[in-house]
Amino acid sequence: MALAEQRDEGMAPESRGVMDYLVHNMREYGLLVALILVMVFFQIVTDGTLLRPVNVTNLLLQNSYIVIMALGMLIVIVSGNIDLSVGSVMGFIGALAAVMIVEWGAPTLVTAVACLVAGGIIGGMQGYWIAYWKIPSFIVTLAGMLVFRGASLWLLEGQSLGPFPREFQLIANGFVPDIFPAAWGAGLAELLGVRNVNVLALATGLIAAGLILWMETKSRAQNRAYGMEQEPYSFFLARVGITCLALIFILYKLSTFRGLPNVLITMGVLTIIYAFFTARTTTGRRIYALGGNEKAAKLSGIRTERLTFLAFVNMGVLAAAAGMVFAARLNSATPKAGFALELDVIAAVFIGGASMSGGVGKIVGAVVGAFLMGVLNNGMSIMGIGIDYQQVIKGLVLLAAVIFDVYNKSRQA
Amino acid sequence: MTALLEMRAITKTFPGVKALDTVNLTVREGEIHALVGENGAGKSTLMKVLSGVYPAGTYEGEIHYAGQLAQFTDIADSEKRGVIIIHQELALVPQLSIAENLFLGNERARAGIINWRETNRRTEELLKKVGLSDPPSAKVDKLGVGKQQLVEIAKALSKEVRLLILDEPTAALSESDSQALLDLMLELKEQGVTQIIISHKLNEVRRVADTVTVIRDGSTVSTMDARANPITEDAIVRDMVGRSMADRYPERQRRAGDRLMEVRNWNVFHPLHSDRQVIHDVNLTVRAGEVVGIAGLMGAGRTELAMSIFGRSWGQKITGSVEMKGREVDVSTVPRAIDAGLAYVTEDRKSLGLVLDEPIQTNITMANLAGVSQGGILNDKAETRVAEDYRRQLNIRTPGVFQKVVNLSGGNQQKVVLSKWLFAGPEVLILDEPTRGIDVGAKFEIYGIINELSAQGKGVLMISSEMPELLGMCDRIYVMNEGAFVGELTAGEASQERIMSLIVTD
Ligand SMILES: Nc1ncnc2c1ncn2[C@@H]1O[C@H](COP(=O)(O)OP(=O)(O)OP(=O)(O)O)[C@@H](O)[C@H]1O
Ligand SMILES: [Mg+2]
Repeated sequence: MALAEQRDEGMAPESRGVMDYLVHNMREYGLLVALILVMVFFQIVTDGTLLRPVNVTNLLLQNSYIVIMALGMLIVIVSGNIDLSVGSVMGFIGALAAVMIVEWGAPTLVTAVACLVAGGIIGGMQGYWIAYWKIPSFIVTLAGMLVFRGASLWLLEGQSLGPFPREFQLIANGFVPDIFPAAWGAGLAELLGVRNVNVLALATGLIAAGLILWMETKSRAQNRAYGMEQEPYSFFLARVGITCLALIFILYKLSTFRGLPNVLITMGVLTIIYAFFTARTTTGRRIYALGGNEKAAKLSGIRTERLTFLAFVNMGVLAAAAGMVFAARLNSATPKAGFALELDVIAAVFIGGASMSGGVGKIVGAVVGAFLMGVLNNGMSIMGIGIDYQQVIKGLVLLAAVIFDVYNKSRQA
Repeated sequence: MTALLEMRAITKTFPGVKALDTVNLTVREGEIHALVGENGAGKSTLMKVLSGVYPAGTYEGEIHYAGQLAQFTDIADSEKRGVIIIHQELALVPQLSIAENLFLGNERARAGIINWRETNRRTEELLKKVGLSDPPSAKVDKLGVGKQQLVEIAKALSKEVRLLILDEPTAALSESDSQALLDLMLELKEQGVTQIIISHKLNEVRRVADTVTVIRDGSTVSTMDARANPITEDAIVRDMVGRSMADRYPERQRRAGDRLMEVRNWNVFHPLHSDRQVIHDVNLTVRAGEVVGIAGLMGAGRTELAMSIFGRSWGQKITGSVEMKGREVDVSTVPRAIDAGLAYVTEDRKSLGLVLDEPIQTNITMANLAGVSQGGILNDKAETRVAEDYRRQLNIRTPGVFQKVVNLSGGNQQKVVLSKWLFAGPEVLILDEPTRGIDVGAKFEIYGIINELSAQGKGVLMISSEMPELLGMCDRIYVMNEGAFVGELTAGEASQERIMSLIVTD
């Protein structure tokens, strides 16, 4: 075995490095590039409607529950399982919230806590059979999907139930009030030539972009210190630059409308927590090991059953959170809520690069995957494309993403 | 004799690694050609290039086979020309029968309907050729590895084989199974089948090979002709590692201390058949600083014993006690066994030891994440530092610790598993076939590590099918047969004959 550097006469090492790197990391750039291309495409064909402040806000709200569930689904899939019940569970929890608040008059906070706990218990009940009885998750959650679909019908007696009190609606439809003096916003608005500017939203965008820049630079320096494969500098700049600019751009758009939606904060915080959890904690690491090779993980002292169980509990809690957001957004619980949504969630995770066989996948990928699907949905709706074509196109996108993955893998071998 | 195969200036590059660098290999018609070299030298890669696993165009150089330039596009293509490879990892479908496996993808059928009578008749014929008497309908997972290997060869013979490639065929086989396989190779040679064998067992190479080619660091070092005058193992070793090796086993101060681990009255039943007792009343002791061996034939129950002790990872209805330093400990789950100071290096690294798609560093820290984290949060720097340390100590050949384990050669994968358990810091390390598939140089390094552990006062329990290794390394050897210990020999008493006679007279 000889290292490549030792015999790289003839070919410029730099250009070779860049190509090698691109081949190796095609997936991550591919996803980012795809998202940008799709956005640019729809921005043009919808005559700029896609990125209007009101539509950007809408897009975030519309996809929030998918994103929230994709976080849990990523963990379930990385652990080598699948959860088909999340759509039904989400609908069931929405129904539960409606019954508690509208029929029983329970306070919002009590309802929210009860719903999250109920979600955890539902996840636990399914996880128990999967983890300790080794019943395939596909079967258990398929059963769960039917059971909870039926249970929401039963709870709601086939009717829609609403409306919710204002406090509950705020979960999905509220905005974070601007903490900065109104004069600042007015001043900025005049400067930028727009109607109003929510300074908090803009500041959040700038700070978040700054943080990303700082962290990426730090981790790059660290990688260099440890001789890890280096992302070529040009790629690094492009990737981080585009991410930061996009972030600032989106938040600027939001700031010229009503500011930061509450769910954006929820989504953002959850994404950060889960990204950290999967990448940097021992428990996160163990889940990847479990999905990668369960037997080896077990023989290394990893409590594989417990981890599987917890992955489903976590999924249940997140499905419950998503269920409340969904109900609050519609301002009512309906028996059809969450119908077939599990497929969107699972698709988002696979588009984001997770592997069906477990052990592979990233939180950021799943979130970007969810938004890619979301932008497609939204863009096609604006264009007035029928639901029939929409389904076909989404299906093809999923297939293309996975084929791309497999093709990439075979090229690296 | 003319050349059947000529590989000229083969170069194969993986991202970051040049696995083969202008390798030449000439194989004459009708000979057995041995390919030897250190772990990661490029042997398996060369054979994959030859058999179309890496198709024409993904490597540089030329292959001339049977007088023509060969550009195989895939395995099916090379098989059509009679080139058949049996990979380092067995490729049988465990749930299918012998007959189904033999004709998988090559079914005896008309219009898609399988002709079972013909299939079974042909299977019986082929099984007879390789000396197996099992019925064609026997499920493959019920056969031992030795028989599975013979089934692989029968499968090769079911096709028109002209050049048979065997990649470490005896690595997982017992002594007698290995002998049977080598005899079969010689018989096939009589029938005119040209063969290439890759092996780290040099005595076997000497026994069957007509020609030996040594590969080092992706290049051909030498080709020796055994028919002119016999090749010595020393000559092969010298070319393999680039220096001569006087001793195969490093020196060690032998001094056994206090009792470290004691297993008493250990009984285990089969996990599926609760009335079948597999381990009978085993008692064993490991002292501080002692290297204790367990000898026995394949199927004697050594792995089952080790795994049942290590967190009840095998079997059911387990009874008996384990004491560490005189105190009874709970080893009922793997985490508890690790806490009690045990570690078990599995013989089956691919399916039980490694997460192949993860990098080296992740695999090394897997059994001791607490050692590279604070409050449940991983410390990347510490993790990389640890992995780098082991890479250096065990001389793991890789461009970096971020390399996925799946891309390492077999021997280097073994070192990763070993590193994982060394990092877990056990008091007693149970090694199950620790040098399987490992080259002489690396073996010496691993023996050195075992000695160092014993110098630190740790205990080592070593299961091995290579008797010379047990005799060279151990202070004491238990002999196991059919699930029970049938004898115990000190280093002074032990010899290959005495061990065998204990097994036979049992
Ligand atoms: N798919 C791959 N990607 C990257 N590197 C690879 C790949 N396959 C093999 N290598 C590298 O090529 C080199 C040669 O590997 P190969 O498996 O041929 O060794 P080997 O001589 O068969 O060793 P062993 O005796 O341990 O089986 C090793 O350094 C290995 O890490
Ligand atoms: Mg090999």
